[in-house]
Amino acid sequence: MSDYRIQGATGEWEVVIGLEVHAQISTQAKLFSGAATAFGAEPNTQVSLVDAAMPGMLPVPNRECIRQAVRTGIAINAQINKWSRFDRKNYFYADLPQGYQISQLYHPIVGEGAIEVQLDDKNPESTKTIGIERIHVEQDAGKLMHDQHPTMSYVDLNRSGVALMEIVSRPDMRSPAEAGAYLSKLRTILRYVGSCDGNMDQGSMRADVNVSVRRPGEPFGTRTETKNVNSVRFVMAVVEQEAKRQVALIEDGGKVVQETRLYDPDRNETRSMRSKEDAHDYRYFPDPDLLPIELDDAFLEECRASLPELPDAKRHRYETVLGLSAYNAGVLTAEVETSRWFEALLAATATQQGKPESEVAKQAANWLTSELFGALNKLGKGLLESPVSPEAGGALLALVGKGTISGSIAKQVLEKMLETGDAAGVIVEREGLMQTSDTGAIEAAVDAVLAANSDKVEQYRAGKEALFGFFVGQTMKAMQGKGNPQLVNEVLKAKLG
Amino acid sequence: MSELTDLGVAAIREGVAKGDFTAVEVAGAFNAAVAEAQPALNAFITLTPEKALEAAAAVDADRAAGKALGKMAGVPIGMKDLFATTGTKTTAASNILGTFVPPYESTVSQKLWDAGAGMLGKLNLDQFAMGSSNETSAFGNVISPWRREGSDAQMAPGGSSGGSSAAVSARIAPAATGTDTGGSIRQPAAFTGISGIKPTYGRCSRWGIVAFASSLDQAGPMARDVRDCAIMLEAMAGFDPKDSTSLDMPVPEWEASLNADLRGKKVGIPREYRMDGMDADVARVWDEGIAWLKDAGAEIVDINLAHTKYALPAYYIIAPAEASSNLARYDGVRYGLRDLPPKESARGAGLQDMYAATRAAGFGAEVRRRILIGTYVLSAGFYDAYYTQAQKVRTLISRDFMDAFQTVDVILAPTAPTAAFGLGEMVSDPLAMYLNDVFAVPASLAGLPAMSVPAGLDRQGLPLGLQLIGRPFDEQGVLDAGLAIEARAGFTARPAKWW
Repeated sequence: MSDYRIQGATGEWEVVIGLEVHAQISTQAKLFSGAATAFGAEPNTQVSLVDAAMPGMLPVPNRECIRQAVRTGIAINAQINKWSRFDRKNYFYADLPQGYQISQLYHPIVGEGAIEVQLDDKNPESTKTIGIERIHVEQDAGKLMHDQHPTMSYVDLNRSGVALMEIVSRPDMRSPAEAGAYLSKLRTILRYVGSCDGNMDQGSMRADVNVSVRRPGEPFGTRTETKNVNSVRFVMAVVEQEAKRQVALIEDGGKVVQETRLYDPDRNETRSMRSKEDAHDYRYFPDPDLLPIELDDAFLEECRASLPELPDAKRHRYETVLGLSAYNAGVLTAEVETSRWFEALLAATATQQGKPESEVAKQAANWLTSELFGALNKLGKGLLESPVSPEAGGALLALVGKGTISGSIAKQVLEKMLETGDAAGVIVEREGLMQTSDTGAIEAAVDAVLAANSDKVEQYRAGKEALFGFFVGQTMKAMQGKGNPQLVNEVLKAKLG
Repeated sequence: MSELTDLGVAAIREGVAKGDFTAVEVAGAFNAAVAEAQPALNAFITLTPEKALEAAAAVDADRAAGKALGKMAGVPIGMKDLFATTGTKTTAASNILGTFVPPYESTVSQKLWDAGAGMLGKLNLDQFAMGSSNETSAFGNVISPWRREGSDAQMAPGGSSGGSSAAVSARIAPAATGTDTGGSIRQPAAFTGISGIKPTYGRCSRWGIVAFASSLDQAGPMARDVRDCAIMLEAMAGFDPKDSTSLDMPVPEWEASLNADLRGKKVGIPREYRMDGMDADVARVWDEGIAWLKDAGAEIVDINLAHTKYALPAYYIIAPAEASSNLARYDGVRYGLRDLPPKESARGAGLQDMYAATRAAGFGAEVRRRILIGTYVLSAGFYDAYYTQAQKVRTLISRDFMDAFQTVDVILAPTAPTAAFGLGEMVSDPLAMYLNDVFAVPASLAGLPAMSVPAGLDRQGLPLGLQLIGRPFDEQGVLDAGLAIEARAGFTARPAKWW
């Protein structure tokens, strides 16, 4: 249960949120035509006769779009409807060439499902299940361009006919954080499944945010729908702003009107777009150009079998089988690319050390989350742009694992690897960074350190044992970090007696 | 030898193949006939004599080179102006597409060209195929070559394929394409004494045909006789992956299998089609048809098609509903007519103004009427009462037919309730006009193959047609029964040339 409340002048209010997420299906071709779907192409270069709704043109469903919708449905544990159908949603707009959008109102391809979200990264107990009402498949519209001519608007039909999944949640969210967590989790799942690239800044994923407020425990209030919100942060902002606006309105004696609103990120406010009275009568009816979509068991089985390990299952496996901390498991599974990178690193680390993965998993996870992420962060690079490959990382960890270099030297080696792109072994060899286990050399270094710090030696012997670390540090420094830490400890202990 | 323009598809194909005459000679003869008749009949919207000659020359060259010739080799045809033709204006007889030149070719027309046919021109029709008299065309009425005995009143060629029926019956084209949504091939064929078949829904690709009502639209041939229809349908039909509703089945050899011997076949006579106050000539011709089929060896069986009377109302809900949506694309944005209201303010015209002006100027009265009806029956609060109910009726009508086909092989009925009427006689009464489709619409709703063959003349000397309705995919049964009637009706009447 969320305890998020809006503190109004007259008391507490609870916010109720539902999201309709439009996710562009990752396919080469559009939903009903062979035209390409690449982002950022010159206007009107990815438009077939069908997309431009030329006379006599007919839609033919793209099997891959159907397959991706079904795989997504399975991934959210949803009911897959073996019989579904496309309907026409009729309205006039210049970016809608057919004068209708082909969508699925009456018989969507995916029915009820749910996903689990974790509200606090650090707290695995903070989970909540958000219901999903349905997923249907539909066409995207084109785009109007108002900035090309002083008195005219231009139309770009590149997006016209691109396949979207509309993923409709139940009104199960109760705070901006829950809405944000839901959208992030949904995005993660879609990217794992591969059905949507989740690029919100390119419009591949956008949300219509339904918000209403009520006194805790009372029936739902009237909702507004804020359209086309294109980031997790903005969704959270919309919920917050819209809830506050509604509370203020009601407390002022006003009424929330069911309406469509737009979010202005520059002013961080929502604005009315059209009210229910202006709402279109979409005159939905089954598209007579298309046959119903009928799925057989073999197709469903193929979809099921083609799914990768999904984030929840992977996270669980990382914790239980690999023994990673809940935090690391969460971080490493939040993005499908991260988990892929980690698994490649893990495989390389295990192979190069000749150990089972479970024995080196923590080493690999810690190095990735603290060392490599930190170093890449400084370079302003993402994991996919890392100059160090998982194999090269595995080689570095193997040097540490075999005692060839110490952990602190490994940091230096990583920096060099990022700089030069050279292999860890080459760098260690070239710069003479191998760890020293030569007791004679260590004893000489320790003697020198103790001689130079006789006052501290006395203090130590008088009981100030915390100084031990100081001696270790000095010795390591004297040895340029190359002394075997375990031997350094042993020799120091013996000499300090 | 008779005139070349008296020849039909089979005869032209044969003559060209044997070298009795060249395809270019045939095309030249028909081009001349078209040019001569066009001012009087207005059967065409666009004439393409050069296309006919070009295709004919290619056939002659192929023959000279000893190459195999196609099913329609050397046959110049008329193309209903609802089929998109690359580089040739495709108007749907409307202002909104009045100057539209598609950069693509419809699947059906392409198949015909591939089979060796040539194009005489684009035939006039009711605007967007909406009409039963060819009086809704933005390019003027088509005048039927037929006249009542002793009258020179202009007669309707039927619709919507009125240009097709007029051209074939006037012998200015050996054959023509038609499309049939609720009788638009069969009724004009009946009105003009020619044959026409609407195949099973899905036999002919709809790709590239300007849509009227997608769940009903089917292309088909209109020709002088049953054999010509069979030949041309073979050339037109076939699976098309570009049309999701296309039938993925091989095209049978209808022509080679034609067989007028109906022994062992059962013919159903639907009681419900015999209506009170039925035209006496229509009833007489129907009875004659029954006798002819009996003579051909068939057993006659009375059948019930209980929901027949609901077919027309259901059709006039479903077809306009689909049309209202299908025609939404004609908005002035991307192609076709764009009209803007006069600038009354500095702001100029907006998008809504452009829609309103464009569609008001671009669509004729009948098209506007159907868009309004269709919009109404789909609107919130009325959808279930109209559209859903009509779909249920459609299911019941299909079931009636399926039940009947448990017993019978083919159904015989009149094509239309009357012979042709005069232009202008019905135009003020849309409901009376819609009633013309009463016998044609049930087979359309059920997606069944159905054809009209000429059967006789009424008391005014105007042609009457008989309709044969078959099982799904059984065009053969329909063609065979049609052939049996054709053989016995001895229909040789043709319009006297007055143009």
